[in-house]
Amino acid sequence: MPLVLPLLLAVVLFCLGVYGVLARRNAVTILMSLELMLNAVNLNLVAFDAWHLDGLATGQTLAVFVITLAAAEIGLGLAIVLLLFRGHGHVDADAARDLVEHEESPT
Amino acid sequence: MTTALFAVAGAVAVAAAVMVVTSRRIVHAALWLVVTLGAVAGCFGALHAEFVALVQILVYVGAIVVLVLFALMLTKAPTNPLPNLTTARSPFAAAVAVVLALLLGSGVVFAFGNQKIQPVPAGSAETIGTSIFKTWVLPFEILSVLLLAALIGAIALSQRKKED
Repeated sequence: MPLVLPLLLAVVLFCLGVYGVLARRNAVTILMSLELMLNAVNLNLVAFDAWHLDGLATGQTLAVFVITLAAAEIGLGLAIVLLLFRGHGHVDADAARDLVEHEESPT
Repeated sequence: MTTALFAVAGAVAVAAAVMVVTSRRIVHAALWLVVTLGAVAGCFGALHAEFVALVQILVYVGAIVVLVLFALMLTKAPTNPLPNLTTARSPFAAAVAVVLALLLGSGVVFAFGNQKIQPVPAGSAETIGTSIFKTWVLPFEILSVLLLAALIGAIALSQRKKED
């Protein structure tokens, strides 16, 4: 199997994730796009592990670690999204402008 | 044989990922995410990383997608198609994604264009377990502390009372 096949698949998945993060409005769909990007990273790790074969299974171990990190990240992210929903009544990432900087300080 | 399997699983993953980022129904997008993650697990299997594939199915499909569906339910996500689910700047986002894909893809092809991989059956739980508990035991312990911190953080965030 050529090595570029999994690598190009990872590139496509990562860029679809980038598009989703930039273009989606709902905060939960942004988190779903983040999962796509993390999956692309995992695919890279496993592909390079199958290419390099260092005997330590480095890539596969790191892929398992990244899956664990993704679980922690989605837990915290969804807690923040639920907090946003309780405070504002929506999960629109564009309309959540609590941290916006005004041009002239309102004092 | 493995190349054909990988190509089929990869095509399914890409098609389902396109549906994830373009579907106008949020719940459908979450269910397409299941298809994407399962197809990526199939790619792991074709690369002889069976343990990673099983962990992917257990953790991603079993836990993360269920969490996402719960969050959609708790945030009262509508099930009818929404016209404004993507922002008005989605053409710019598409342009950024295409440019990034061209850059990364040309880089990958330039660097690894003529490399071959011969996946060997080295992805069993025994191999990974030996590697984790011999070589990677310190990151493993740090990761468990991080999971505990994330758990406490999620509880603290969801217990916060709204001031005034």
